[in-house]
Amino acid sequence: MAKITFVTFDGVRIEADAENGSTVMESAIRNAVPGIDAECGGACACATCHVYVDDAWQEVTGEPEAMEEDMLDFAYDVRPSSRLSCQIRVSDELDGLVVHVPERQA
Amino acid sequence: MSEITKTDVVIIGAGPVGLFAVFELGLYDLKCHLIDILDRPGGQCAELYPEKPIYDIPAWPEISGQGLTDKLMEQIKPFAPQFHFNRMVTRLERQPDGQFHVETDEGEVFETKVVVIAAGGGSFQPKRPPVPGIEAFEGKSVFYSVRRMEEFRDEDVLIVGGGDSALDWALNLQPIARSLTVVHRRAEFRAAPDSVKKMFELVERGSVRFELGQVSGLTGEGGQLSSATIKAAEGETEIPVTRLLPFFGLTMKLGPVADWGLNLHENLVQVNVETFETSEPGIFAIGDINWYPGKLKLILSGFHEAALMTQAAKRIVSPGEKVVFQYTTSSTSLQKKLGVA
Repeated sequence: MAKITFVTFDGVRIEADAENGSTVMESAIRNAVPGIDAECGGACACATCHVYVDDAWQEVTGEPEAMEEDMLDFAYDVRPSSRLSCQIRVSDELDGLVVHVPERQA
Repeated sequence: MSEITKTDVVIIGAGPVGLFAVFELGLYDLKCHLIDILDRPGGQCAELYPEKPIYDIPAWPEISGQGLTDKLMEQIKPFAPQFHFNRMVTRLERQPDGQFHVETDEGEVFETKVVVIAAGGGSFQPKRPPVPGIEAFEGKSVFYSVRRMEEFRDEDVLIVGGGDSALDWALNLQPIARSLTVVHRRAEFRAAPDSVKKMFELVERGSVRFELGQVSGLTGEGGQLSSATIKAAEGETEIPVTRLLPFFGLTMKLGPVADWGLNLHENLVQVNVETFETSEPGIFAIGDINWYPGKLKLILSGFHEAALMTQAAKRIVSPGEKVVFQYTTSSTSLQKKLGVA
Protein backbone atom coordinates (compact mmCIF):
# COMPACT_ATOMS: atom_id res chain seq x y z
CA MET A 1 0.00 0.00 0.00
CA ALA A 2 1.09 3.51 -0.73
CA LYS A 3 -0.49 6.88 -0.25
CA ILE A 4 -0.32 8.97 -3.41
CA THR A 5 -1.07 12.66 -3.64
CA PHE A 6 -2.26 14.11 -6.93
CA VAL A 7 -1.93 17.86 -7.25
CA THR A 8 -4.26 19.20 -9.92
CA PHE A 9 -3.33 22.06 -12.22
CA ASP A 10 -5.31 24.51 -10.08
CA GLY A 11 -3.57 23.32 -6.93
CA VAL A 12 -6.14 20.95 -5.43
CA ARG A 13 -4.54 18.03 -3.57
CA ILE A 14 -6.23 14.65 -3.86
CA GLU A 15 -4.97 11.81 -1.66
CA ALA A 16 -5.46 8.21 -2.69
CA ASP A 17 -4.58 4.81 -1.26
CA ALA A 18 -3.04 2.62 -3.93
CA GLU A 19 -2.46 -1.10 -3.85
CA ASN A 20 0.96 -2.52 -4.56
CA GLY A 21 1.22 -3.74 -8.13
CA SER A 22 -1.45 -1.40 -9.45
CA THR A 23 -0.51 1.66 -11.48
CA VAL A 24 -0.59 5.30 -10.47
CA MET A 25 -2.99 5.90 -13.41
CA GLU A 26 -5.48 3.37 -11.96
CA SER A 27 -5.45 5.25 -8.68
CA ALA A 28 -6.11 8.52 -10.47
CA ILE A 29 -9.08 7.07 -12.37
CA ARG A 30 -10.53 5.35 -9.29
CA ASN A 31 -10.37 8.62 -7.41
CA ALA A 32 -11.64 10.69 -10.32
CA VAL A 33 -8.60 12.92 -10.42
CA PRO A 34 -9.46 15.64 -12.93
CA GLY A 35 -7.00 15.98 -15.79
CA ILE A 36 -6.07 12.31 -16.16
CA ASP A 37 -7.88 10.96 -19.23
CA ALA A 38 -6.19 7.57 -19.78
CA GLU A 39 -7.93 7.11 -23.12
CA CYS A 40 -6.24 3.80 -23.94
CA GLY A 41 -6.79 2.27 -20.54
CA GLY A 42 -3.17 1.71 -19.58
CA ALA A 43 -1.59 0.27 -22.73
CA CYS A 44 1.10 2.95 -22.98
CA ALA A 45 -0.57 3.92 -26.24
CA CYS A 46 -2.04 7.38 -25.89
CA ALA A 47 -0.06 9.66 -23.55
CA THR A 48 -3.20 11.01 -21.87
CA CYS A 49 -2.27 9.98 -18.29
CA HIS A 50 0.75 12.27 -18.30
CA VAL A 51 1.96 13.57 -14.91
CA TYR A 52 4.94 15.47 -13.53
CA VAL A 53 6.64 13.57 -10.72
CA ASP A 54 7.42 15.85 -7.79
CA ASP A 55 11.12 16.78 -7.57
CA ALA A 56 11.55 14.84 -4.33
CA TRP A 57 10.32 11.61 -5.90
CA GLN A 58 11.99 11.45 -9.29
CA GLU A 59 14.80 9.22 -8.11
CA VAL A 60 12.39 6.66 -6.63
CA THR A 61 10.05 6.52 -9.64
CA GLY A 62 12.99 6.35 -12.03
CA GLU A 63 13.32 7.03 -15.73
CA PRO A 64 10.75 6.14 -18.36
CA GLU A 65 11.49 3.08 -20.48
CA ALA A 66 11.99 3.40 -24.23
CA MET A 67 8.35 2.76 -25.18
CA GLU A 68 7.09 5.25 -22.60
CA GLU A 69 9.66 7.80 -23.75
CA ASP A 70 8.33 7.34 -27.31
CA MET A 71 4.75 7.94 -26.15
CA LEU A 72 5.82 11.02 -24.20
CA ASP A 73 6.60 12.63 -27.57
CA PHE A 74 2.83 12.89 -27.94
CA ALA A 75 2.15 14.38 -24.53
CA TYR A 76 1.33 18.00 -23.87
CA ASP A 77 4.10 20.19 -22.41
CA VAL A 78 6.72 17.51 -21.64
CA ARG A 79 9.31 18.32 -18.98
CA PRO A 80 12.23 16.37 -17.48
CA SER A 81 9.90 15.20 -14.67
CA SER A 82 7.29 13.86 -17.12
CA ARG A 83 6.03 10.29 -16.79
CA LEU A 84 2.99 8.39 -17.97
CA SER A 85 1.17 7.40 -14.81
CA CYS A 86 0.09 4.05 -16.31
CA GLN A 87 3.76 3.06 -16.35
CA ILE A 88 4.48 3.80 -12.68
CA ARG A 89 3.87 0.68 -10.57
CA VAL A 90 2.87 1.20 -6.97
CA SER A 91 5.04 -0.34 -4.24
CA ASP A 92 5.73 0.37 -0.56
CA GLU A 93 8.66 2.48 -1.70
CA LEU A 94 6.27 4.95 -3.29
CA ASP A 95 4.36 5.64 -0.08
CA GLY A 96 3.94 9.42 0.06
CA LEU A 97 4.47 9.93 -3.71
CA VAL A 98 3.40 13.33 -5.04
CA VAL A 99 2.57 13.82 -8.72
CA HIS A 100 1.37 16.96 -10.47
CA VAL A 101 -1.31 16.91 -13.17
CA PRO A 102 -0.57 19.03 -16.27
CA GLU A 103 -2.85 21.78 -17.50
CA ARG A 104 -4.31 19.39 -20.04
CA GLN A 105 -3.60 16.06 -21.68
CA ALA A 106 -3.97 16.96 -25.33
CA MET B 1 -20.98 18.83 -56.83
CA SER B 2 -19.97 15.19 -56.70
CA GLU B 3 -22.29 12.29 -57.42
CA ILE B 4 -24.64 11.24 -54.62
CA THR B 5 -24.21 7.71 -53.25
CA LYS B 6 -27.53 6.15 -52.26
CA THR B 7 -27.65 3.58 -49.50
CA ASP B 8 -29.80 2.16 -46.71
CA VAL B 9 -27.44 2.94 -43.89
CA VAL B 10 -24.42 5.17 -43.33
CA ILE B 11 -22.34 4.09 -40.33
CA ILE B 12 -20.08 6.78 -38.92
CA GLY B 13 -17.08 4.99 -37.44
CA ALA B 14 -15.51 1.66 -38.45
CA GLY B 15 -14.49 0.48 -34.98
CA PRO B 16 -15.59 -2.90 -33.65
CA VAL B 17 -19.15 -1.77 -32.98
CA GLY B 18 -19.58 -0.11 -36.38
CA LEU B 19 -18.22 -3.26 -38.02
CA PHE B 20 -20.55 -5.58 -36.12
CA ALA B 21 -23.50 -3.33 -37.00
CA VAL B 22 -22.81 -4.25 -40.66
CA PHE B 23 -23.40 -7.90 -39.73
CA GLU B 24 -26.66 -7.33 -37.88
CA LEU B 25 -27.99 -4.92 -40.53
CA GLY B 26 -26.83 -7.31 -43.26
CA LEU B 27 -28.95 -10.14 -41.89
CA TYR B 28 -31.91 -7.85 -42.56
CA ASP B 29 -30.68 -7.00 -46.09
CA LEU B 30 -29.64 -3.45 -45.23
CA LYS B 31 -26.66 -2.19 -47.24
CA CYS B 32 -24.05 -0.16 -45.40
CA HIS B 33 -21.44 2.45 -46.16
CA LEU B 34 -18.92 3.11 -43.37
CA ILE B 35 -17.01 6.37 -43.02
CA ASP B 36 -13.97 6.66 -40.75
CA ILE B 37 -11.34 9.30 -40.18
CA LEU B 38 -8.59 6.69 -39.81
CA ASP B 39 -7.00 4.94 -42.77
CA ARG B 40 -8.13 1.43 -41.79
CA PRO B 41 -10.88 -0.39 -39.88
CA GLY B 42 -10.76 -1.06 -36.13
CA GLY B 43 -11.07 2.39 -34.56
CA GLN B 44 -9.40 2.62 -31.15
CA CYS B 45 -8.64 -1.12 -31.28
CA ALA B 46 -6.45 -0.58 -34.32
CA GLU B 47 -5.14 2.91 -33.54
CA LEU B 48 -4.52 2.79 -29.80
CA TYR B 49 -3.95 -0.83 -28.86
CA PRO B 50 -3.61 -3.19 -31.83
CA GLU B 51 -1.42 -5.56 -29.82
CA LYS B 52 -3.06 -5.19 -26.43
CA PRO B 53 -5.02 -8.24 -25.34
CA ILE B 54 -8.72 -7.83 -24.58
CA TYR B 55 -10.15 -10.35 -22.11
CA ASP B 56 -13.87 -9.57 -22.04
CA ILE B 57 -15.07 -10.48 -25.50
CA PRO B 58 -17.51 -13.39 -25.05
CA ALA B 59 -16.01 -16.72 -26.16
CA TRP B 60 -12.57 -15.16 -26.71
CA PRO B 61 -10.57 -15.65 -23.51
CA GLU B 62 -7.94 -13.40 -25.03
CA ILE B 63 -7.84 -11.51 -28.30
CA SER B 64 -5.82 -8.49 -29.45
CA GLY B 65 -7.36 -5.28 -30.77
CA GLN B 66 -6.10 -6.12 -34.25
CA GLY B 67 -7.20 -9.75 -33.92
CA LEU B 68 -10.73 -8.68 -33.05
CA THR B 69 -10.80 -6.26 -35.97
CA ASP B 70 -9.60 -8.97 -38.38
CA LYS B 71 -12.25 -11.43 -37.14
CA LEU B 72 -15.02 -8.85 -37.50
CA MET B 73 -13.88 -8.01 -41.04
CA GLU B 74 -14.07 -11.73 -41.86
CA GLN B 75 -17.52 -12.01 -40.27
CA ILE B 76 -19.03 -9.11 -42.25
CA LYS B 77 -17.43 -10.02 -45.59
CA PRO B 78 -20.62 -11.65 -46.98
CA PHE B 79 -22.39 -8.30 -46.71
CA ALA B 80 -19.79 -6.43 -48.82
CA PRO B 81 -19.77 -3.18 -46.85
CA GLN B 82 -18.28 -0.13 -48.58
CA PHE B 83 -15.54 1.64 -46.65
CA HIS B 84 -14.57 5.29 -46.95
CA PHE B 85 -11.40 5.91 -44.96
CA ASN B 86 -9.50 9.12 -44.16
CA ARG B 87 -12.74 11.05 -44.15
CA MET B 88 -14.69 12.90 -41.55
CA VAL B 89 -18.43 13.37 -41.72
CA THR B 90 -18.89 17.11 -41.50
CA ARG B 91 -22.60 17.58 -42.29
CA LEU B 92 -25.70 15.61 -41.55
CA GLU B 93 -28.98 17.03 -42.77
CA ARG B 94 -32.48 15.68 -43.08
CA GLN B 95 -34.01 16.18 -46.53
CA PRO B 96 -37.67 17.11 -47.13
CA ASP B 97 -38.39 13.44 -48.05
CA GLY B 98 -37.16 12.29 -44.63
CA GLN B 99 -33.87 10.82 -45.89
CA PHE B 100 -30.51 12.14 -44.77
CA HIS B 101 -27.70 13.80 -46.65
CA VAL B 102 -24.35 12.90 -45.15
CA GLU B 103 -21.38 14.94 -46.34
CA THR B 104 -17.67 14.30 -45.76
CA ASP B 105 -14.77 16.73 -45.60
CA GLU B 106 -13.70 15.37 -48.99
CA GLY B 107 -16.99 16.52 -50.49
CA GLU B 108 -18.70 13.15 -50.96
CA VAL B 109 -22.45 13.11 -50.43
CA PHE B 110 -24.46 10.10 -49.31
CA GLU B 111 -28.22 9.84 -49.39
CA THR B 112 -29.36 7.40 -46.73
CA LYS B 113 -32.49 6.36 -44.89
CA VAL B 114 -30.70 5.63 -41.64
CA VAL B 115 -27.58 7.02 -39.95
CA VAL B 116 -25.76 5.03 -37.29
CA ILE B 117 -23.25 6.96 -35.21
CA ALA B 118 -20.68 4.46 -33.94
CA ALA B 119 -17.93 6.98 -33.45
CA GLY B 120 -16.55 5.76 -30.11
CA GLY B 121 -14.68 8.50 -28.31
CA GLY B 122 -15.17 10.79 -31.28
CA SER B 123 -12.97 11.37 -34.27
CA PHE B 124 -9.21 11.13 -34.07
CA GLN B 125 -7.76 14.56 -34.65
CA PRO B 126 -4.21 15.88 -34.57
CA LYS B 127 -2.97 17.10 -31.21
CA ARG B 128 -2.18 20.77 -30.92
CA PRO B 129 1.21 21.42 -29.29
CA PRO B 130 1.42 23.73 -26.26
CA VAL B 131 2.57 26.83 -28.11
CA PRO B 132 0.86 30.06 -27.06
CA GLY B 133 -1.18 31.65 -29.84
CA ILE B 134 -0.75 28.76 -32.32
CA GLU B 135 -4.49 28.79 -33.15
CA ALA B 136 -4.17 32.13 -34.92
CA PHE B 137 -1.82 30.61 -37.51
CA GLU B 138 -3.71 27.35 -38.14
CA GLY B 139 -4.84 26.80 -41.71
CA LYS B 140 -2.63 29.59 -43.04
CA SER B 141 0.86 28.85 -41.78
CA VAL B 142 0.38 25.97 -39.37
CA PHE B 143 -0.79 22.63 -40.78
CA TYR B 144 -1.27 19.26 -39.10
CA SER B 145 -0.96 17.31 -42.32
CA VAL B 146 0.33 17.93 -45.82
CA ARG B 147 -2.46 18.00 -48.34
CA ARG B 148 -0.62 19.89 -51.09
CA MET B 149 3.16 19.92 -51.16
CA GLU B 150 3.11 23.10 -53.25
CA GLU B 151 2.04 25.06 -50.17
CA PHE B 152 5.53 24.45 -48.82
CA ARG B 153 7.55 25.42 -51.90
CA ASP B 154 10.13 28.16 -51.21
CA GLU B 155 8.94 28.46 -47.62
CA ASP B 156 10.90 28.29 -44.37
CA VAL B 157 9.48 25.06 -43.02
CA LEU B 158 9.63 23.94 -39.41
CA ILE B 159 8.66 20.35 -38.60
CA VAL B 160 8.14 19.37 -34.96
CA GLY B 161 8.08 15.77 -33.80
CA GLY B 162 10.10 12.57 -33.90
CA GLY B 163 7.91 9.98 -35.58
CA ASP B 164 7.55 8.71 -39.12
CA SER B 165 5.23 11.52 -40.21
CA ALA B 166 7.71 14.14 -39.07
CA LEU B 167 10.70 12.51 -40.75
CA ASP B 168 8.91 11.44 -43.93
CA TRP B 169 7.73 14.99 -44.51
CA ALA B 170 11.13 16.42 -43.64
CA LEU B 171 12.68 14.24 -46.35
CA ASN B 172 9.90 14.97 -48.86
CA LEU B 173 9.71 18.72 -48.35
CA GLN B 174 13.42 19.45 -48.02
CA PRO B 175 14.03 19.55 -51.81
CA ILE B 176 11.30 22.16 -52.42
CA ALA B 177 11.43 24.23 -49.22
CA ARG B 178 13.64 27.31 -48.94
CA SER B 179 14.85 26.03 -45.58
CA LEU B 180 13.85 23.10 -43.44
CA THR B 181 14.28 22.70 -39.70
CA VAL B 182 13.33 19.69 -37.57
CA VAL B 183 12.73 20.23 -33.85
CA HIS B 184 12.36 17.28 -31.50
CA ARG B 185 12.52 17.18 -27.74
CA ARG B 186 15.16 14.42 -27.62
CA ALA B 187 17.86 12.86 -29.78
CA GLU B 188 16.00 9.54 -30.23
CA PHE B 189 13.37 9.12 -32.96
CA ARG B 190 10.43 6.75 -33.21
CA ALA B 191 10.78 6.60 -36.96
CA ALA B 192 12.12 4.04 -39.43
CA PRO B 193 15.93 3.86 -38.91
CA ASP B 194 16.46 4.47 -42.60
CA SER B 195 14.58 7.80 -42.47
CA VAL B 196 16.54 8.86 -39.39
CA LYS B 197 19.80 8.06 -41.17
CA LYS B 198 18.73 9.98 -44.27
CA MET B 199 17.74 12.99 -42.22
CA PHE B 200 21.04 13.14 -40.39
CA GLU B 201 22.88 12.88 -43.72
CA LEU B 202 20.97 15.98 -44.81
CA VAL B 203 21.81 17.66 -41.52
CA GLU B 204 25.47 16.89 -42.09
CA ARG B 205 25.35 18.37 -45.59
CA GLY B 206 23.71 21.48 -44.20
CA SER B 207 20.43 20.95 -46.09
CA VAL B 208 18.39 20.33 -42.94
CA ARG B 209 18.77 21.98 -39.58
CA PHE B 210 18.06 19.89 -36.49
CA GLU B 211 17.34 21.47 -33.12
CA LEU B 212 16.93 19.61 -29.87
CA GLY B 213 14.18 21.31 -27.91
CA GLN B 214 10.60 22.49 -28.07
CA VAL B 215 8.83 25.33 -29.84
CA SER B 216 7.99 27.92 -27.20
CA GLY B 217 6.73 30.86 -29.21
CA LEU B 218 5.55 32.02 -32.63
CA THR B 219 5.51 35.45 -34.18
CA GLY B 220 3.76 36.75 -37.24
CA GLU B 221 0.83 38.82 -38.38
CA GLY B 222 -2.60 38.09 -39.81
CA GLY B 223 -2.12 34.32 -39.59
CA GLN B 224 1.19 34.52 -41.49
CA LEU B 225 4.11 33.16 -39.47
CA SER B 226 7.45 34.89 -39.63
CA SER B 227 9.51 33.24 -36.92
CA ALA B 228 9.52 30.63 -34.16
CA THR B 229 11.35 30.47 -30.86
CA ILE B 230 13.01 27.15 -30.02
CA LYS B 231 13.59 26.48 -26.36
CA ALA B 232 16.50 24.15 -25.64
CA ALA B 233 18.44 23.28 -22.50
CA GLU B 234 21.04 25.91 -23.32
CA GLY B 235 18.59 28.70 -24.00
CA GLU B 236 16.26 30.11 -26.64
CA THR B 237 16.91 30.73 -30.31
CA GLU B 238 14.67 32.42 -32.84
CA ILE B 239 14.60 31.17 -36.41
CA PRO B 240 12.70 32.41 -39.48
CA VAL B 241 9.66 30.18 -40.11
CA THR B 242 6.79 30.64 -42.56
CA ARG B 243 5.29 27.13 -42.36
CA LEU B 244 4.95 24.99 -39.26
CA LEU B 245 4.04 21.29 -39.28
CA PRO B 246 3.56 19.86 -35.77
CA PHE B 247 3.26 16.03 -35.56
CA PHE B 248 2.16 15.17 -32.04
CA GLY B 249 -0.09 12.21 -32.70
CA LEU B 250 -3.85 12.02 -32.45
CA THR B 251 -6.47 12.67 -29.83
CA MET B 252 -10.19 11.98 -29.80
CA LYS B 253 -12.70 14.81 -30.11
CA LEU B 254 -16.47 14.61 -30.40
CA GLY B 255 -16.18 16.90 -33.43
CA PRO B 256 -19.09 17.71 -35.73
CA VAL B 257 -21.45 15.22 -33.97
CA ALA B 258 -21.98 17.98 -31.42
CA ASP B 259 -23.50 20.23 -34.10
CA TRP B 260 -26.23 17.92 -35.36
CA GLY B 261 -28.92 18.98 -32.92
CA LEU B 262 -28.93 15.68 -31.01
CA ASN B 263 -29.65 15.62 -27.28
CA LEU B 264 -26.34 15.15 -25.49
CA HIS B 265 -25.40 14.03 -22.01
CA GLU B 266 -21.90 15.19 -21.04
CA ASN B 267 -20.65 15.02 -24.63
CA LEU B 268 -22.29 11.64 -25.28
CA VAL B 269 -25.35 11.07 -27.45
CA GLN B 270 -28.51 10.23 -25.53
CA VAL B 271 -30.43 7.24 -26.85
CA ASN B 272 -33.63 5.33 -26.26
CA VAL B 273 -32.63 1.93 -24.85
CA GLU B 274 -35.27 0.04 -26.81
CA THR B 275 -34.04 1.17 -30.23
CA PHE B 276 -30.79 3.08 -29.62
CA GLU B 277 -32.32 5.89 -31.60
CA THR B 278 -31.17 9.42 -30.74
CA SER B 279 -33.50 12.36 -30.20
CA GLU B 280 -33.70 12.55 -34.03
CA PRO B 281 -35.73 9.73 -35.60
CA GLY B 282 -33.62 7.75 -38.07
CA ILE B 283 -30.32 8.65 -36.40
CA PHE B 284 -28.99 5.95 -34.08
CA ALA B 285 -25.98 5.94 -31.76
CA ILE B 286 -24.26 2.76 -30.58
CA GLY B 287 -21.07 1.91 -28.71
CA ASP B 288 -18.93 4.23 -26.61
CA ILE B 289 -20.45 7.39 -28.06
CA ASN B 290 -23.92 6.87 -26.60
CA TRP B 291 -25.31 7.30 -23.12
CA TYR B 292 -28.28 5.85 -21.29
CA PRO B 293 -28.84 5.08 -17.62
CA GLY B 294 -26.53 2.20 -16.68
CA LYS B 295 -24.36 2.55 -19.79
CA LEU B 296 -21.07 0.64 -19.73
CA LYS B 297 -18.42 1.45 -22.31
CA LEU B 298 -17.71 -2.15 -23.28
CA ILE B 299 -17.32 -3.57 -26.77
CA LEU B 300 -19.83 -6.27 -25.90
CA SER B 301 -22.42 -3.66 -24.92
CA GLY B 302 -21.92 -2.06 -28.32
CA PHE B 303 -22.56 -5.41 -30.04
CA HIS B 304 -25.85 -5.78 -28.16
CA GLU B 305 -26.83 -2.23 -29.06
CA ALA B 306 -26.11 -2.97 -32.73
CA ALA B 307 -28.53 -5.90 -32.70
CA LEU B 308 -31.37 -3.91 -31.13
CA MET B 309 -30.73 -0.87 -33.31
CA THR B 310 -31.09 -3.09 -36.39
CA GLN B 311 -34.68 -4.00 -35.52
CA ALA B 312 -35.65 -0.33 -35.48
CA ALA B 313 -33.52 0.58 -38.51
CA LYS B 314 -35.18 -2.17 -40.57
CA ARG B 315 -38.63 -0.73 -39.82
CA ILE B 316 -37.49 2.66 -41.13
CA VAL B 317 -35.88 1.32 -44.31
CA SER B 318 -38.71 -1.14 -45.11
CA PRO B 319 -41.87 0.35 -43.61
CA GLY B 320 -44.82 -1.99 -43.56
CA GLU B 321 -42.65 -5.06 -43.99
CA LYS B 322 -42.88 -7.56 -41.13
CA VAL B 323 -39.58 -7.83 -39.27
CA VAL B 324 -39.08 -11.53 -38.65
CA PHE B 325 -36.64 -12.49 -35.94
CA GLN B 326 -34.57 -15.54 -36.89
CA TYR B 327 -31.56 -17.51 -35.70
CA THR B 328 -28.47 -18.01 -37.86
CA THR B 329 -28.30 -21.60 -36.58
CA SER B 330 -31.60 -22.60 -38.14
CA SER B 331 -32.72 -20.04 -40.73
CA THR B 332 -31.94 -21.08 -44.29
CA SER B 333 -32.57 -17.56 -45.51
CA LEU B 334 -30.03 -16.10 -43.08
CA GLN B 335 -27.57 -18.84 -43.98
CA LYS B 336 -27.98 -17.98 -47.68
CA LYS B 337 -27.11 -14.37 -46.91
CA LEU B 338 -24.03 -15.57 -45.06
CA GLY B 339 -23.10 -17.75 -48.02
CA VAL B 340 -23.12 -20.98 -46.02
CA ALA B 341 -26.39 -22.56 -47.12
